[in-house]
Amino acid sequence: MSAMLIAEQTLNGLQLGTMLFLMAAGLTLVFGIMNLINLAHGSLYMLGAYFAATLFRLTGSFLLAGAGAFVGVLALGMLLELAVLRRFYARDHLDQVLATFGLILFFNEMARIVWGPQAVFMPLPEALEGTVTLIPGAPYPLYRLVTIGVGMAVAVALYLLISRTRAGMLIRAGASNRTMVEALGVNIRVLYTAVFGLGAALAALAGTMAGPLLSVQVGMGDSVLILTLVVIVIGGIGSIRGAFIAALMVGLSDTFGRMLLPAAVSEMTIYILMAAILYWRPQGLFSAHD
Amino acid sequence: MTDMTTMTGPPALRAPSARLWAVALLAIALLALPPAAKALGEPFYISLVSRVLVFALAAMSLDLILGYGGLVCFGHAMFMGVGAYVVGILAHHGAEETLLFGLLPGTDSGWIAWPLAMLCAGLLALAVGYVSLRTKGIYFIMITLAFAQMAYFFFVSLRAYGGDDGLSLAARSTFSDLVSLRDKTSFYYVALGVLIAVGLLLWRVTNSRFGMVLQGAKANERRMAHIGFPVFRYRLVAFTLAGAIAGLAGALLANQANFVSPAMMHWTRSGEIIVMVILGGMGSLVGPVVGAFVFLLLEEVLSGWTEHWQAVFGPMLLLVVIYARQGLYGLLPAREGK
Amino acid sequence: MDRPLLKVTGLMKRFGALVATDNLSLDLKDGEIHALIGPNGAGKSTLVAQLAGELRSDSGRVEFEGADVTALTPPERVALGMVRSFQITSVFREFTALANVALAVQARQGHSFRFWRNARTDPALAEPARRYLEQVGLGDRADWPTARLSYGEQRQLEIAMALATNPKLLLLDEPLAGMGREDGAVIVELLSSLRGKHTMLLIEHDMDAVFSLADRISVLVYGRAIATGTPDAIRRDPDVQRAYLGEEAHAGEFFNA
Repeated sequence: MSAMLIAEQTLNGLQLGTMLFLMAAGLTLVFGIMNLINLAHGSLYMLGAYFAATLFRLTGSFLLAGAGAFVGVLALGMLLELAVLRRFYARDHLDQVLATFGLILFFNEMARIVWGPQAVFMPLPEALEGTVTLIPGAPYPLYRLVTIGVGMAVAVALYLLISRTRAGMLIRAGASNRTMVEALGVNIRVLYTAVFGLGAALAALAGTMAGPLLSVQVGMGDSVLILTLVVIVIGGIGSIRGAFIAALMVGLSDTFGRMLLPAAVSEMTIYILMAAILYWRPQGLFSAHD
Repeated sequence: MTDMTTMTGPPALRAPSARLWAVALLAIALLALPPAAKALGEPFYISLVSRVLVFALAAMSLDLILGYGGLVCFGHAMFMGVGAYVVGILAHHGAEETLLFGLLPGTDSGWIAWPLAMLCAGLLALAVGYVSLRTKGIYFIMITLAFAQMAYFFFVSLRAYGGDDGLSLAARSTFSDLVSLRDKTSFYYVALGVLIAVGLLLWRVTNSRFGMVLQGAKANERRMAHIGFPVFRYRLVAFTLAGAIAGLAGALLANQANFVSPAMMHWTRSGEIIVMVILGGMGSLVGPVVGAFVFLLLEEVLSGWTEHWQAVFGPMLLLVVIYARQGLYGLLPAREGK
Repeated sequence: MDRPLLKVTGLMKRFGALVATDNLSLDLKDGEIHALIGPNGAGKSTLVAQLAGELRSDSGRVEFEGADVTALTPPERVALGMVRSFQITSVFREFTALANVALAVQARQGHSFRFWRNARTDPALAEPARRYLEQVGLGDRADWPTARLSYGEQRQLEIAMALATNPKLLLLDEPLAGMGREDGAVIVELLSSLRGKHTMLLIEHDMDAVFSLADRISVLVYGRAIATGTPDAIRRDPDVQRAYLGEEAHAGEFFNA
């Protein structure tokens, strides 16, 4: 086993990890603050990928496509929150699971109607084709490096948002004491919609970047959803820091698991990891108080 | 739902409730279906409803832990799938005349295969429950889902038994010439018989002392601990029982579909069984049966209209959860005093 | 018997930098009603959780009838006869009052791995349950769903459930919480009727109730018991008066009670 192979797989693991972080951040925020399990989060990822693929085909600009997908799913997410999901905040988790399960079916089928059952091809943006040789003798795809960079940048930005801005303070306060925040004159409903929209937009970003790497097709959100749920459970629900660390853990474990273990077992790596962590720390690694 | 009144009068003098009527009508309809279908020249319905009966059994077993126990288990399809595979693998070895694990001869005898299916599913449920029941809420959902995924991938990896493509059933289960499951009508009545028998058993269990502990734990787990119940062991027993019954449903499913595949135990199937329980009305045992009917018949009807039936079904499910959360059977008023 | 029924030695509990229970020691004599009072934030709720087995202490011992129960879970403590009632009513809301108490009776009787016999109509459960309901004054409410009971009646139900487990020691966590004068008097009378039959650790803010019921009082401040004695001794204790000076209402009750 060469050092170059390890280095390459580490980068792959980081790439998967940062993408999972983009998904997990939104999901864990929504769960931690609004106490809402949203299984349709994977559908938002899928729609982000579809929007980006379509816009890229129309405009030829990857940046425009990404921006369009970001804004489009942000709007869709906020609409979804306002119209449907906000009535579930007070309901129990089973109801939320069932309702969002219904949404998955709906979105999958709508995607099939609009874009057809075949996968949609999304090419790499020209500027990001090619490889970079970080480690001598081991060229690595530039695009993947860029996605890692984007993921890390978002992580830093989120950290700054949550810990340094007033909005972030409201988010943290809203998580621990909703009534108090309302009493302070903050419109908590606007906060919730904004948080949900942010989570949706991050999922769209993940979908956009995954587009050229995976195939953009109906149901692509389902497998990512499971991985994301595993990440937030390991990381601890409501904790962004936990989501970050768990996402990297899961990304690296899954990648190295596939490399090292036989086929049947490698699929199970992350579940075994999750079961082990839950057995030792039933609440996940970090609490919501970051 | 619960009344602790001792009988206040001879039962005959109390008017039967709407629910009792519904159960009676359902029972009569089910018993009469095969001859009616044949008379109408539509034997297809016998197969269709047979499938419904199998899932009704699985949904009923889930109701024990979900409706009465409050445990949202996302792995129930795994127990069903394991039961199906036990039957499938034994039949395969029986037909090929090879030995399972190099030791055990295969068989298509239902007398052996079906109890073994229940035993394997039950033991799996015991193991999964032992680890999972220590967690609560979303964590419990996730860990049961994780186990279901692991089981799915495990069976996908079994090349010898068809892997991803699944395995055709080499032979339907035999019961010493008492009944031939190859005959549609015979299978139907066997499935119905099993459903009724298990239904009666579960009815007694949910009203027994054991059932009271389960329901109390669902209502207020903390209080149960403080009046002296170590809740974990009761939940584990219920979980194991539910798993074993799901295994039996799996054995029936293998025979009904003539086929076993890992797809039977995918987490989305577990989700569908949960939907059946909720659609019909959880915590009632009859509700899940109604739910299985509604779900599978709706699937049948809707997919006849449009291939995009899930675009209709998804929002319907959403509406049911918002407005009719107690399910269809749950909408019917129960006996006064409940 | 000289040995205290409950002996707490050096109990500690920290939440990060906050010391909720600070080297607390306490003895309860068999058959007494022992009240635990103290200003808000003194650590009373934490102590109850530790004594009931819900919260693990960092260090210290809890002995019940001479046996070390420090590591036992709540169900294990209930089996030995240590039962708590809750400050925030914690009952089975979907069940009838009778069903609530019957569950407690069933817990006491054991035999809960019975799968066939109908427990709803089992007189072995219903009869004792009715008796306990009568004892707390809810005899005619037996078949009412709990949600229909008034707040005061639910507090009575709390106590019935605790009694149904046949306890030697009752840990009563603010049984009068949220009660008005009349409802409170019902509870006080009920607790008074239990005197001698069950040992009680009574955590309460209501000074009238405390002084009329308690044989001995302990005062809890910042997680330690600063004084223990008869009601008269406590009333005159300068440390206690100092501790309460910040809480004018209570201080007033003190001097006037």
